[in-house]
Amino acid sequence: MTFGNVGRPVSRVDGPLKVTGKAQYAAEIPVANVAHAVLVTSAVGRGHLRSIDTRRAEQVPGVLHVITSGNVPPLPGAKKKTDPNDRILQVLQEDEIHYPDQPIAIVVASTLESAQEAAFLVSATYAADELHADLMPIGQDRYKPKKAGPSGDADTKRGDVEAAVNGAAVRIDQTYSTPVQNHNPMEPHALTVVWQGEDHVTLYDTSQGIFAVRKKVSALFGIPAANVRVISRFVGGGFGCKGSPWSHVGLAAIAARVAQRPVKLALTRQQMFSLVGHRPKTIQHLVLAADRKGKLLAVQHESVSETSRFDEFVEPAAVVTRMLYSCPNVRTTHRLVKLDIPTPTFMRAPGESTGTFALESAMDELAVELKLDPLQLRLENYAERDEGEDKPWSSKSLRECYEQGAARFGWSRRNATPRAMRDGCWLVGYGMATATYPARQSGSSAVAKFRRDGSLLVQAGSQDIGTGTYTIMAQIAADALGVPLETVTFELGDTIMPETPVSGGSQTASSTGSAVRLAALALREKLIATALADPQSALHGLKADAVLLSGGQLTAQGQPGKQDSLSALVARSGGSEISAQISSVEKLERAQYSLHSFGAQFVEVRVDEDTAEVRVARAVGAFAAGKILNPKTARSQFYGGMVWGIGFALEEHSVRDARSGRVVTRDLADYHVPVHADVPELVVLMVDEHDPHVNEIGAKGIGEIGITGISAAIANAVYNATGKRVRDLPITLDKLI
Amino acid sequence: MRNFDYQKPAQESEAIRSGQTTGARFIAGGTLLVDLLRLDVEQPELLVDLSALPWRQIEVAADGVRIGALVSNSDLAEHPAILAGFPALSQALLSGASPQLRNMATVGGNLLQRTRCAYFRDVAVSACNKRKAGSGCAALAGYSRMHAVLGVSDQCIALHPSDMCVALLAMDAVVHTRGPDGERSIFLADFHTLPGAHPEIESALKHGELVTHVSLPKTSFSARSAYVKARDRASYAFALASSAAAIDLDGQIIRQARVALGGVGTKPWRCMEVEQALVGRPATREVFQAAAALAMSDARTTEHNGFKVQLARRVIVRALERVGGVL
Ligand SMILES: Cc1cc2nc3c(=O)[nH]c(=O)nc-3n(C[C@H](O)[C@H](O)[C@H](O)COP(=O)(O)OP(=O)(O)OC[C@H]3O[C@@H](n4cnc5c(N)ncnc54)[C@H](O)[C@@H]3O)c2cc1C
Ligand code: SF4
Repeated sequence: MTFGNVGRPVSRVDGPLKVTGKAQYAAEIPVANVAHAVLVTSAVGRGHLRSIDTRRAEQVPGVLHVITSGNVPPLPGAKKKTDPNDRILQVLQEDEIHYPDQPIAIVVASTLESAQEAAFLVSATYAADELHADLMPIGQDRYKPKKAGPSGDADTKRGDVEAAVNGAAVRIDQTYSTPVQNHNPMEPHALTVVWQGEDHVTLYDTSQGIFAVRKKVSALFGIPAANVRVISRFVGGGFGCKGSPWSHVGLAAIAARVAQRPVKLALTRQQMFSLVGHRPKTIQHLVLAADRKGKLLAVQHESVSETSRFDEFVEPAAVVTRMLYSCPNVRTTHRLVKLDIPTPTFMRAPGESTGTFALESAMDELAVELKLDPLQLRLENYAERDEGEDKPWSSKSLRECYEQGAARFGWSRRNATPRAMRDGCWLVGYGMATATYPARQSGSSAVAKFRRDGSLLVQAGSQDIGTGTYTIMAQIAADALGVPLETVTFELGDTIMPETPVSGGSQTASSTGSAVRLAALALREKLIATALADPQSALHGLKADAVLLSGGQLTAQGQPGKQDSLSALVARSGGSEISAQISSVEKLERAQYSLHSFGAQFVEVRVDEDTAEVRVARAVGAFAAGKILNPKTARSQFYGGMVWGIGFALEEHSVRDARSGRVVTRDLADYHVPVHADVPELVVLMVDEHDPHVNEIGAKGIGEIGITGISAAIANAVYNATGKRVRDLPITLDKLI
Repeated sequence: MRNFDYQKPAQESEAIRSGQTTGARFIAGGTLLVDLLRLDVEQPELLVDLSALPWRQIEVAADGVRIGALVSNSDLAEHPAILAGFPALSQALLSGASPQLRNMATVGGNLLQRTRCAYFRDVAVSACNKRKAGSGCAALAGYSRMHAVLGVSDQCIALHPSDMCVALLAMDAVVHTRGPDGERSIFLADFHTLPGAHPEIESALKHGELVTHVSLPKTSFSARSAYVKARDRASYAFALASSAAAIDLDGQIIRQARVALGGVGTKPWRCMEVEQALVGRPATREVFQAAAALAMSDARTTEHNGFKVQLARRVIVRALERVGGVL
């Protein structure tokens, strides 16, 4: 039953708290007697810690403890992984150095200033070994990982690529690369840890996955998960780096335990470049073969990415090539190279963002070769089903995205000849690319409670990483129960609430939204049943399907006089609330389908003819992602993705010094992300799409698709403007001049 | 950051006295210094806060403008006399940093801003002659895309990052100082020093000497000036190459010219060879290009910053086109 809250552009319910500064973030939680921790990190990138001298640090007034491998409590579970997405942590259990800036000590002091000063006074000596911190196009040991991403094999093959390539009229054979990037959410990683005795602990963390933090802390300290409470009510951006607990979480908990008082720890911006994961560099070799008309005959996509020596993360860049176009002969492979670097991790659209850059650049090169409109080439190879999975789509509206996007952008005005469009000293170029992202769902749970005061409280562990989770969950619950939105409160970010998956993979709306809807529906059933069974109710003895629920009021169908209010019902029940809890599982029929969102990105760039500076002048993104639960928060997600795409294509690059492995671009003055002046007017078109198969609420997830395709669209536009093809991101002026 | 003492003198004389202490550092807007304190690159024992001193005036006279050392970068950029009489300076200031930073940053602090060399700013890197004399230079064989190509030495290739100083150089600015030995007036061209064997020395200023104000002479070319900056994003980025240019025209013929470069030198760089090639010639793109081609002939590039040679010549041409009425 729908009362029209879902689908409305409701403003964020947490907006006023955020703009007035009342939303408390992890490092702002007021805790009595809190001490401050600062991490000391390694100057070398590979080798051994030979000695560490903490004497001067300990003399700084206010310093309580300097914890090193010499005096840290042993944590036998430190090197264990509980699942593939879990990370191996460095929590002072060894003297081996695996990467630059690895934590080697933690200073705890009664003030932040004392802790910071003392941290500078800790001095260490090392036995440094030669290291390798850069992924090379050739000459490094590559190995095949077991899997590529959550849902894929490392390698796939259909048909006979070699034969098809040999026989093809047209071939593209190129290598593309994407750089190391760091997430850099505005709020750095931070937490406040409070132990209650030896075996109970509360962590106020900034996290995309509080249940993963609970599991990790429980494993590290060997205490039951039920004794670990993780609270994360507001998250100042995550983008993937807050999806796993990292070393500093364990270190802060150690510090609080040793100090026997609450401890607060916030990473510095510089530490954010080494301690919380990064998007790994990829080198992707693409071979496309086609006939003269542009029909793809073969596609080969081989991706190599970097990982750490002690742990594994695969950037699944070639996965997208398995399904995006119709093609009989396709081979994809993923290989890894181990380097002396920290472990990479998920970063907004891991795999799809890097993979679409390579594939969609190669498609553009093929269109140039064929003298075909790039959009026409894509339509020529439109996949009517997922040929990789050999399944039908649950829904696909990519054609509509192409049409609406192209019309709005004015794609037909494009001149295909490079350097043909100009505006003063600017060379103008148009480019386009396809966007796509899988529609994931995981099991999740939620509880809905109708209270005596007439309000509905819905709770699910979950996290709101700035996407609008608080708001859309309230909308979903209000509609499912048939109560006004103003009477609904949605709470999240606490492991004492029902368990939910990580806020990553664009799956929160799909997973937890489904659980919230089912919980509210179950509550509705329970409330009606309670009324029917209650002799004091005017509805006593009626059949459930003869009762309407609207605006918090139960009414007998066709008998407007026969009414009962939900709050009266709760009051008569003798309790303070009536509640229902639900664990949702993936919708069964999902298995029969391939489930993806699709989109089309159109970009105009301007390249200064003299200085080769590239600016995006306008962009249109058309996306079909199932039901749009809230067009206002959804639009922000698409915008955010497209802005990230501008940074991906033109700016973001974490540079490592080849000798030390240290990140050289270690602050936001050197690591560029788009500023306002880099972001022109962006147009987001949300293409209507009804998908009955994807989940309970028909929504496919929108957090990541916006960043896919767009970096290729920009690179393709730069080619159209200049005649130069840049295959190595970011496209900085030195690559064009 | 480490513990330090703090003073906020109300009088110039007091500031000079405090500034003599070993380990003393002046602080104005703090946008640079606080950063370096946090990174542990600078470890002063005493901070002498200049913000109470009466140096926030911009005085306009018939022969030029006198700018107090504490005038904010924003106020200077928006001042009518600067906008009209020295547009390159206004444009240079507005091309730098962000509005918030420009509101805090002062003229004195901008003059004395230190390099953005990432090895200088990361104290875990041991080799940096500028931070520790004689320790080596990690940038020479490191990642040097942003580093200088002019005025470099085997000891240091750190870039001077200021935009403002490039415009001041082209406007023949003079820096006025006061220290225990009295007052001095130093041409901006002589104010910053080349790294040579001593990259730890960056200016002609002595320990404890204060910049009190900067003066800009009124010239025949300063009003016809422009600043062009090429960078990695549209705003809030340091220059990859920038140019301040000014010309005095007699009809179509260039009577006098000033051309300075930023983003390429270990100090703000004046291009006399370009200026000389312009004098007496008509203001056309061809003339500008031929003159600009003479710049950068002494450039010493690394594997990462070779692009700056071309780029610098092109920003010179662009700046000249702006002032020459070609654009
Ligand atoms: C993120 C970021 C981006 C930036 N981008 C740019 C840019 O694009 N272009 C650009 O040009 N600049 C840029 N800057 C630098 C900025 O211009 C300087 O930080 C600023 O001008 C310094 O001024 P301040 O008053 O804050 O100096 P402070 O930090 O107070 O001092 C800087 C130095 O000057 C000394 N000092 C200050 N005043 C005096 C005085 N009167 N006499 C003697 N010594 C003095 C101090 O002792 C100190 O050594 C950027 C800075 C940041 C942080
Ligand atoms: S270039 Fe200069 S500042 Fe940079 S590391 Fe070398 S000596 Fe230090």
